[in-house]
Amino acid sequence: MNAMQTPVIDAAALKPRIAASGVQVYYGTNHALKDVSVDILDRTTTAFIGPSGCGKSTFLRCLNRMNDTVASARVEGKILLDGQDIYDKRVDPVQLRARIGMVFQKPNPFPKSIYDNVAYGPRIHGLARTRADLDEIVETSLRRAALWNEVKDRLQAPGTGLSGGQQQRLCIARAVATGPEVLLMDEPCSALDPIATAQVEALIDELRERYSVVIVTHSMQQAARVSQKTAFFHLGNLVEYGDTQQIFTNPQDPRTESYITGRIG
Amino acid sequence: MTDLSAGLPHAPRSLFEADARTRRRNAAEARFRFYGMAAVAVGILALVFLLVSILGNGLSSFRQTGIELQVTLDAAVLDKAGNRNPEDMKKVTTVGYGKIIGAALVEGLAGAGIDTSALTTKQVSALLSDEAPRRLRDMVLADPSLVGQTVPFRALASGRVDGFLKGRVTMESARLDSNVSPEQLEVVQAMKDHGMLSLAFNPSFFTNADASELRPESAGLGVAMLGSLYMMIIVLVLSLPIGVAASIYLEELAPQNRWTDIIEVNIANLAAVPAIVYGILALALFINFMGLPQSAPVVGGLVLTLMTLPTIIIATRAALKAVPPSIRDAALGVGASRMQTIFHHVLPLAMPGILTGTILGLARALGESAPLLLIGMVAFVKDYPSAPPQGFMEPASALPVQVYQWTQRADPAFVERASGAIIVLLVFLIAMNATAILLRRRFERRW
Repeated sequence: MNAMQTPVIDAAALKPRIAASGVQVYYGTNHALKDVSVDILDRTTTAFIGPSGCGKSTFLRCLNRMNDTVASARVEGKILLDGQDIYDKRVDPVQLRARIGMVFQKPNPFPKSIYDNVAYGPRIHGLARTRADLDEIVETSLRRAALWNEVKDRLQAPGTGLSGGQQQRLCIARAVATGPEVLLMDEPCSALDPIATAQVEALIDELRERYSVVIVTHSMQQAARVSQKTAFFHLGNLVEYGDTQQIFTNPQDPRTESYITGRIG
Repeated sequence: MTDLSAGLPHAPRSLFEADARTRRRNAAEARFRFYGMAAVAVGILALVFLLVSILGNGLSSFRQTGIELQVTLDAAVLDKAGNRNPEDMKKVTTVGYGKIIGAALVEGLAGAGIDTSALTTKQVSALLSDEAPRRLRDMVLADPSLVGQTVPFRALASGRVDGFLKGRVTMESARLDSNVSPEQLEVVQAMKDHGMLSLAFNPSFFTNADASELRPESAGLGVAMLGSLYMMIIVLVLSLPIGVAASIYLEELAPQNRWTDIIEVNIANLAAVPAIVYGILALALFINFMGLPQSAPVVGGLVLTLMTLPTIIIATRAALKAVPPSIRDAALGVGASRMQTIFHHVLPLAMPGILTGTILGLARALGESAPLLLIGMVAFVKDYPSAPPQGFMEPASALPVQVYQWTQRADPAFVERASGAIIVLLVFLIAMNATAILLRRRFERRW
């Protein structure tokens, strides 16, 4: 899988799923994100890259309003999901998060069984009417996360007993189980070894066929391997956003070039 | 730049011999190790001393001296109407039964061939406890068919006789004692040699109510244990839900601002407020203002709840804080509401810590006496409170207060009682702490 082989995305063919414009984030008096405008396309993997503290994770967490849980955080600007402002007063963040799934940096399965981990989301959202429905959702989700074959015989075993890579795929299965439209991944491979990373990356490529995937990563190679669109953040600014191939081969901004060639960050 | 290749100034010539500096460092380490061990040894010694002194004084309270008698229950005295109706038989008071037991004792002494010529009849019956006739009366009233028969009866011996068998009372001390004479003790010694008199397990220590100054032999912990149990029920039922709800609000839901900071500081302060201050508060609030009865477990339970709350809140908040934030993120990330996140994920993980904190708080409340003194639980309570909820409003005692009361009394027999009560209290505390540890283990294995 090489970035160079990835077909150039025709932006006109895919409609934007999420349209962010003029997003500002403040943590107390700290202006963490400055005027970011991005369109996240449907059925596309979008990578956010940039040095630590550049605001890429902050922006990711704005997309499903996880920043609401940080007391000092204040978000301005507009983020539209399918044309509806997710920061509108009428929006319930709980409902929003069922439609925008999230996978975190450190695998964080619940200390429950594998089955319960995946079934938790569908249960609280009432997605399954019968036990058979739920079984099916769990199986489908685990299959989508490429974990089914490894755990089908021990669904009642604790999720925390899996290896790191398996745990992360379990978290992906859990996120997929509620049937989200967008999947946000915050450095999903940073705690994994290269083999598990390769598995998760292959998985991301499959997930892209169904969902819009947004991934924050520190590894530029990973961004190049899995994404079609890349956004480069630096010091709270969105410096450059474009096709992955173009960003890595022909960056328009000198800061992007410095970063991808390893001179800053 | 100095030439580092010249090496350290104190470098030894051989690896096998330590230089002066190294020896000094090793000596310092050895010294510190010794100080640490000495400190631990002091702690262990104190504990051993405590246990030895309490067990040495208190274990004997679990055994009590009794006199084996053959009591002839004379129908002409006990049931004049002759119809064996307990209602009619109640007219005979303990005085009547006292005479019967006294007669049985004289008869028993004569039968065993013990010379009692040095004693008056009054001195002979003084070997018996005032409690003995009451027990015989209760036995007969419970089973009127015994009247007219001669039945074996184990009569409670007086406190001094009990003390003589336990080594507390000696011939020397009896010479100075107005309650017992050396002549009496010689008779007691002879009775013991004849096997009329022996020490046996003393269940009434756990079932009897407190007894007056004059009858240490019949004083028991029953009312105090029940009173403590009632109070613990009230404390548990009130402080656990209130404490957990307050902690969840403060830790998970409340905005972080000046008000919550002030609340936080004050909860920490409340945990450090002396217990006696809570007693004054309870006296003013619950008894004087709200008009709740004095000496009642409900007031004791309420004041101990107030005392336990800060402990539980602090422990619960620490337990909630210890739940990794990644679990909250995970739950919120799949679209759980805050309530669902807390009750499905955070609270179950924090449960071991909450339970431990609660049980330790309860254990502290169980051993607390100062606030109970101020709300009148030092009163002499002779009767059991009835079953809850009515019993919560009736006078009762409490274990630590009972200890306090007994240590105040002049008769040395109460020292033994007080130590026995401390043993019972310690057993309860150890059991509670063990439960806390067990629960924590059980939960930890599950999660």
